[in-house]
Amino acid sequence: MALETRIYQKESNVRPGKLFKESFRDIYNSRFLARQLAERDIKAQYRQSYLGIIWAFLTPLATAAVWVFLNLSGTIKITETGIPYPVYAFTGTLLWSIITEAINSPSGSTKSARGLLSKINFPKEALIVSGIYKLLFNSSIKILLLVAFVFLFGIGFHWSLLLLPIVILGAVLFGVTIGLFLTPIGMLYNDVSKIIGMGFSFLMYITPVVYSVPEQGIMRTIMEINPFTPIILTSRDLITGASPEYLTYYLIILALTVPLFVVALLSYRISIPIIVERSA
Amino acid sequence: MKEEKEVLVKVEGLSKKFCKDLKLSLWYGLKDLFSNFRGNTSERLLREKEFWAVKDVSFELRRGECLGLIGHNGAGKSTLLKILNGLIKPDAGKVTIKGKVGALIELGAGFNPILTGRENIYNNGAVLGFSRQEINKKLEEIIDFAEIREFIDMPVQNYSSGMKVRLGFAVAAQMEPDVLIIDEVLAVGDLGFALKCIKTIDRILPNTAILFVSHSMPMVSRICNQILLLNQGEAIFQGTNVSKAIDLYYSSFSSDNSNVLFDDESIQLEKVELLNVEGYERNIPQLKWRDEFKIHFIFKNINLNEIPKFSIFIFDKEQRPVALLEENQENTQIEIRNNRIEFILKHKEIQLSKGFYYLNLYVSQGRIEAPLLRINNVLVFQILHETDLWPSFLLNSEYESINGEINK
Repeated sequence: MALETRIYQKESNVRPGKLFKESFRDIYNSRFLARQLAERDIKAQYRQSYLGIIWAFLTPLATAAVWVFLNLSGTIKITETGIPYPVYAFTGTLLWSIITEAINSPSGSTKSARGLLSKINFPKEALIVSGIYKLLFNSSIKILLLVAFVFLFGIGFHWSLLLLPIVILGAVLFGVTIGLFLTPIGMLYNDVSKIIGMGFSFLMYITPVVYSVPEQGIMRTIMEINPFTPIILTSRDLITGASPEYLTYYLIILALTVPLFVVALLSYRISIPIIVERSA
Repeated sequence: MKEEKEVLVKVEGLSKKFCKDLKLSLWYGLKDLFSNFRGNTSERLLREKEFWAVKDVSFELRRGECLGLIGHNGAGKSTLLKILNGLIKPDAGKVTIKGKVGALIELGAGFNPILTGRENIYNNGAVLGFSRQEINKKLEEIIDFAEIREFIDMPVQNYSSGMKVRLGFAVAAQMEPDVLIIDEVLAVGDLGFALKCIKTIDRILPNTAILFVSHSMPMVSRICNQILLLNQGEAIFQGTNVSKAIDLYYSSFSSDNSNVLFDDESIQLEKVELLNVEGYERNIPQLKWRDEFKIHFIFKNINLNEIPKFSIFIFDKEQRPVALLEENQENTQIEIRNNRIEFILKHKEIQLSKGFYYLNLYVSQGRIEAPLLRINNVLVFQILHETDLWPSFLLNSEYESINGEINK
């Protein structure tokens, strides 16, 4: 039987075809590892906590509640959203939390596996995949909550609701792709995660998370360019049964996300030895 | 003729550099990230504040062979292992490894402290590349091997460190690698565990090429059949003469400075000298095997009225006590003269095996042997002989023939 041969040398393999093949073979071979890591983290997270799963949506709920209060008390005036404002705010903050969680996932998974990375050779893609599993687990709970809200506020069932899992998967993939591109540098410099944290708290205000896109003005232009806008709006429209306003832009983003995700995955793959050497 | 087994590990001119400064290291890392995407084909030279952690190392390892990697702390052993394990990339040279690689670098990788031992068997197994079915099949065997059945459903954070290591090793022992990389993991755990590890290694060795890093020379001499001695990243010895390599390793620790452990200021060592030596090498006196062993001692007496008891111990390079030179009797002929105690200690025929030895001195007094002076390492000497031996003594022996006259 021929033995598998590995060669380690300074030159890195940058032929995309071969990289792609290797990467996907590793993802396939490490499917158990990815699941096991996700299972381990989810179990450990909930075994050491009483509120457990509630933490997953407590923050977005609180943010939304603040905005609902500001709106109801008349402190700020928000343009008509077309649906009951609490539903609008809750869907916005929950979807936003899914995206930001997705962006932080690759670097979070890689950082927490630092000890492993410097000791054991395993398919690193498993870290990313396990991160996606965890995201989908957390997101599915958030979605249940969202759906509960939709019925609670009398919006009722729409067939478009069935598309929700696909849309959420799209949002997760979009976030993970951005996170993956930032991970190699973020592993070297802590500044990156600070910038992301700060940047995204600002970015929320130019995305229709808790208020809708204004009719005109500079804010409308910014929001319409912002790629997060179609992700949030399309998801929300599907939940509430409205016809998606930015569908074309959304589909373009989605179509770009898939190949970009692959590129990000491959760049992550070839960056890992350097990350291990410098910061693990 | 014995068939040569296939080469599983081939290392050619391997080098790796590291940076001494963190900020600069991260900056280089950033640059490397980008040059990485261009294929990284240009030759690497040392940049500012960089040094070679591994320099131009080459070797081959066949199935059934075990290479011991020894050297001081920071000699580049772990770096070399990391490259061989594919964790980091070399800066020059090439590694070719055939077959399944297993690494015992950290036991219990992937454990989560608040999950149970049973759950962590799956975590650890997954990290080591097992599938769920494989672990299901081997679960009982792993629990038995680790000898912790009673606690298998307890969170691992309540395990003792020894238990954790046992569990980790039990999982790792299920690997059937072609190439096995072992780094110091056997140092932890009790004797029973160490024996178990060695047994496991003996079992898999015939079908495996093993790379073994350790500071424990008895372990190295027990397992390895070739040695690579590293010093500051470079191979200073390479070959199958295991004892010679170990000797070299020990002699590279120049511990010729003695240290006083106890001194009540009633007696002082002025001089200690080995007599009729063959010669000196790097100031260390040398004797031939079976030479007469004579040491000249001069002490300065400060406030003693009678001759104390002198105990002189011989230690080997592992700091194991090897022998005690018979102590002076009460009716000794040594005298205190001019506030000096001077004598020559003789042993007719020294039969220590080849290597370096140290003398420790212990001076005590009275029936309760109250300590007066205790000095480690008062003298280093070397025994010359043609054969390298692991045991400390080579006892002069004769083989008499009996000529078939046993049944008279």
